Amino acid sequence: MTTDIGLWGVPLAIIGGAIRVSTPFLFVSLGECLTERSGRINLGLEGTLVFGAMSGYATAYLTGSPWLGVLAAAICGFGFGLVHGWICALPRVNDIAVGIALMLFGMGLAFFFGKPFIQPVAPDLPTINLGAWSDIPQIQAALKINVLFIIGIVLAVTMAWMFRNTQLGLTIRVVGDSDAAARAMGLKTNRIRFLSTACGGALAGIGGAYLSLYYPGSWNEGLSSGQGLMAVALVIFARWNPLNCFWAALLFGGAGALGPALQSIGITQGYYLFYAAPYVLTLALLIATSSPSKALTGAPGALSITR
Amino acid sequence: MTTKKRLSRRSFLKNSAGVAGMVAFSSSLLPRLAQAKDLTVGFIYVGAKDDYGYNQSHAEGAAAIKKLGGITVVEEENVPESVEVLKTMESMINFDSVDLLFPTSFGYFDPFVLQLASKYKDLRFEHCGGLWSPEHPKNVGSYFGYIGMGQYLNGIAAGHASKSKKIGFVAAKPIPQVLLNINSFLLGARSVDPSITCQVIFTGEWSLAVKEAEATNALIDQGADVITCHVDGPKVVIETAAGRGAYVCGYHANQSTLAPEKYLTGAEWNWANVYTNMVQTVQAGNTIPNFHRGGLAEGFIKMSPLGPAVSDTARKQFEETQAKILKGNYAVIQGPMKDNKGNLIAKAGESFVETDVALESMDYLVEGVIGSTSS
Repeated sequence: MTTDIGLWGVPLAIIGGAIRVSTPFLFVSLGECLTERSGRINLGLEGTLVFGAMSGYATAYLTGSPWLGVLAAAICGFGFGLVHGWICALPRVNDIAVGIALMLFGMGLAFFFGKPFIQPVAPDLPTINLGAWSDIPQIQAALKINVLFIIGIVLAVTMAWMFRNTQLGLTIRVVGDSDAAARAMGLKTNRIRFLSTACGGALAGIGGAYLSLYYPGSWNEGLSSGQGLMAVALVIFARWNPLNCFWAALLFGGAGALGPALQSIGITQGYYLFYAAPYVLTLALLIATSSPSKALTGAPGALSITR
Repeated sequence: MTTKKRLSRRSFLKNSAGVAGMVAFSSSLLPRLAQAKDLTVGFIYVGAKDDYGYNQSHAEGAAAIKKLGGITVVEEENVPESVEVLKTMESMINFDSVDLLFPTSFGYFDPFVLQLASKYKDLRFEHCGGLWSPEHPKNVGSYFGYIGMGQYLNGIAAGHASKSKKIGFVAAKPIPQVLLNINSFLLGARSVDPSITCQVIFTGEWSLAVKEAEATNALIDQGADVITCHVDGPKVVIETAAGRGAYVCGYHANQSTLAPEKYLTGAEWNWANVYTNMVQTVQAGNTIPNFHRGGLAEGFIKMSPLGPAVSDTARKQFEETQAKILKGNYAVIQGPMKDNKGNLIAKAGESFVETDVALESMDYLVEGVIGSTSS
């Protein structure tokens, strides 16, 4: 059934972990990237992620189709985004406070509606076996790639292109960089932010569906261990660039696999330290890429934290 | 804008009067409901009560005593091991008038249960997993089962099923109960083939779905072909391991429906039986022992029915060993035995039977387990 791969297990686990664990980070951070580029911060994506996981699992179980589950998660995420966008469009509302409220609300609602779906087993999303060329089962397992992962890559590239080369991208960037400039151009800032937040929410919902429908592949109340919150931080780390979001998500996924992999080859001392690897890595990279002259390179000018 | 939304004094008074009325009405109703019953029992769970694991095993026990006459059960799930549990217990005591409380999670015991027990002396608190000692309040009891024996039997099934002679254990934290389970699992497997080793991975938390899945994958990547676990909800481990083609042994509750072909057997709690006895003891006016323990023989634990992948030779050894354990005084740790650092833990001729309290403070992994107790 298996071949002895010894120490090769560690790099393989990191690659496999990067592919398996990164997808929720990728979707949530792309969603947040879109929202923040339009000048809003939505901290509620953790709640959206959890609700997306629940609604996706429930729909997949009830209809028998995991793709309908993904769709349902996206619609629910869109709805949460709409609520956030709508409340923040009211005068003198702080988007960070609304985000935290919506995060707690989303999680509470998901736990409430999710009760009957903890036990049942819903169908999983299909995978593509990129490892079929190898006859080593471990490589085959590591290279089982979910379709959502590929969609995420395509989305990251498309989004980067959209921001740079299309009128839509320019519009979102203008709104995000300067209220005054956008108004002078006759853009409806509130409507654009409203829609960006909603689309960002939909992406976070899909990220949740990946958790419950593929990896680890079941719904329970402890499913998310803060992936939604970490992804929001990833956006800052990725300097609001969708392509960097992808690399950052991979990095987090791979670093998260380090702890279990090292224990499995017998390095058992200090596993709590290895589990902290993603955060240590982030800190190190942030320090390495920081600059004393340009604070927060690439930050949209109209964000409430930079304004 | 702000002035429009400000609450007027009149509407505030009107609303608060309504709320006060509702509170008065419901509180006048509740005690009357409670008085109509013989015994009201409160159950508190740390997670969801249908998690295919620890909490589900307790909830199944609660469901069993609901069927007894004269019993009302109140339950609350997802109560953290913090001051939250104090609030939950206080509300069960004051609003539901419970007579008997089962705060089921390990971390509730000290200081929360002990604190409330000295405040409400006419109530009975029964806690799962704690170590009651005579200086604790007399209205507190601690009960637990020798589930390590179940993991030993799991190990026998695993030892026969393993082809790679490597088995894997996904564990939460290196506390005595978990270490005993890991050691028992390996020793069960070694009773089949002394060359078997067991790789353990600690996730560091009781419930971390993604990390549990990663740990399971890492174990299988290193060649383990039978997996078991000690985490709160084994669903993720069982599904991931079976999905990779490994055999699985269950824990806490019966998970065979999650992997019907790959499920060998499982060590389950039998709280239905334990709780029925405890409640009937209280109903008859007797007291439950403060320090209450039991194993297979006493019906504290049970084994899942053997799965289709279990061979006839495995079944024979499994059933023979189970019969020996049922007779009592079975010792998993028998000297001479070393831990995995080479220290002697049991001299030749020395053995620790299942009821030995020394086992409840275990701090080592036996020889053959690959892993470390230090974090």
